[in-house]
Amino acid sequence: MPIIADHLTFVYGAKTPLQTTAVDDISVKIEDGQFIGLIGHTGSGKTTFLQLLSGLIKPSSGTVYINGEDIYAKDFDLHSIRGKVGIVFQYPEHQLFEETVFKDVCFGPKNMGFDQKETELRAYEALKLVGLEDEVFYQSPFDLSGGQKRRVAIAGVLSMKPQVLILDEPTAGLDPAGRKEILGLIEKLCRENKMTIILVSHSMDDVAEYVDRILVINNGKLAIDATPKEVFKHREELEEFGLSLPQVTKAMISIKESGIPVKTDAITVDEAIEEIMRVLY
Amino acid sequence: MKIIKAEEVTFEYIRRDEDGNVEGINRAVDKVSLDVKEGDFICVLGSNGSGKSTFAKHLNSILLPTEGTVWIDGMDSKDEDKLLQIRQTAGMVFQNPDNQIIGQVVDEDVAFGPENMGVPTEQIKERVEESLKTVGMYEFRKKSPNHLSGGQKQRVSIAGVLAMHPKCIVLDEPTAMLDPVGRKEVIRALRALNEVEGITIILITHYMEETVYADRIFVMNKGKIVMDGSPREIFKRVEELEEYKLEVPKITLLAHELRKRGLRIPDCVLTVKELTDALKKC
Repeated sequence: MPIIADHLTFVYGAKTPLQTTAVDDISVKIEDGQFIGLIGHTGSGKTTFLQLLSGLIKPSSGTVYINGEDIYAKDFDLHSIRGKVGIVFQYPEHQLFEETVFKDVCFGPKNMGFDQKETELRAYEALKLVGLEDEVFYQSPFDLSGGQKRRVAIAGVLSMKPQVLILDEPTAGLDPAGRKEILGLIEKLCRENKMTIILVSHSMDDVAEYVDRILVINNGKLAIDATPKEVFKHREELEEFGLSLPQVTKAMISIKESGIPVKTDAITVDEAIEEIMRVLY
Repeated sequence: MKIIKAEEVTFEYIRRDEDGNVEGINRAVDKVSLDVKEGDFICVLGSNGSGKSTFAKHLNSILLPTEGTVWIDGMDSKDEDKLLQIRQTAGMVFQNPDNQIIGQVVDEDVAFGPENMGVPTEQIKERVEESLKTVGMYEFRKKSPNHLSGGQKQRVSIAGVLAMHPKCIVLDEPTAMLDPVGRKEVIRALRALNEVEGITIILITHYMEETVYADRIFVMNKGKIVMDGSPREIFKRVEELEEYKLEVPKITLLAHELRKRGLRIPDCVLTVKELTDALKKC
């Protein structure tokens, strides 16, 4: 179910003094099962772009094709997108509201029109998929820890069984173990459950480790579209964009500058270890 | 001089049902004792649910201990008469800048604290100017906070606390919602406040890289303090940190792994420079 953005543009406050072009002529094709990372400085247009891809706002010009269909065409049932493209916003625990965890996760499928049996089955499967124990199901979502709330919110989207999962900084505010858990879960959903993932993150380290392809957004434009290794070679450009390199890549550059002839394209700790050992051992 | 002293502090969250009957008790902070020397840069690390935010809220009387005592600059946090003075001595900055900025214009927001303290008008203007300059936001003084980036908003929040001339600033994950540039700006501002103005900084964070310049790190787990030492002492204990669901900075991990593979690298490397210097000698 490929997603194609075709010359997407979105302008806030058109024809007013506050006019801002948040998304500026972006065209991109996302194939099934890809794990995409979306990076860009605050205010670069990432969230607006995600909202356009998931049918939440209408573009000023251009359109989005999901599975070959123009989702902004007059006769397209935009409502049906929810079952195809799920979006988990930043701080998803802000969208928890029900009396119990289980009821909250049922909300999505119930609103999609499934009967009680199917709704409950989907809710159960989604909660198991995010790794929550049964005891938690009947607790109030507000009694859980931050990481648990985060997983309940993700389950609430997974219960609608989308083929594409968009996550806007799913690890913001989580501790290292929580970050690893959530990213591990997302990776599993991509590799084992074959979902297409679009992940917005401010952590260059996380993006380097998990994704297949990175889209770099700068001032509303798609500036770079390449593999992580390729993207992180653009050191000066990334700095200009208000972004950075993975910690180990910065270290390798420093090590090379000090006279040790290491290659500087390592983007994970394991790659850095191998390259340093290769040169020094 | 100990600016913060905590003695056997315990805090319990009590869950009640609709009729007000006690349903459950969660001991979030469990007999924590520590002290903070004035002028230090302290970091508190801990996994989600470890009690660090709950403990932080005791440091300016947002929460009062269920048991035990907290003294802020010698004042007991439970002393109602001293509440305003405590809050002026220890200011707090939270994670979400949108939750703590209330002014329509940056300089009005920063003036809020001193206004409420009854500071004379001419002095307020001075304090606002001084605080904004300290965090590098003076040129934005007439802007609406809505037009600022996350990092800029957090710096305005810090300025708002600074304008009250606190001896100590407690920050609960102030960079969690920021991009890399915003994070760097905030940490740089905090280090300057500490090194130049001598303000005690207590930083709660999940980003290990932010803690390497601290004087001391406390690690909390399940409401207790489980590790206490300098960054070098703490980050040596890689496997123990992993048990507490934390990690070491990536550079430290890289050095640790290279050392395991036989390269002659010192025990605990915290920065890229230290790693580079060590590798040059290999």
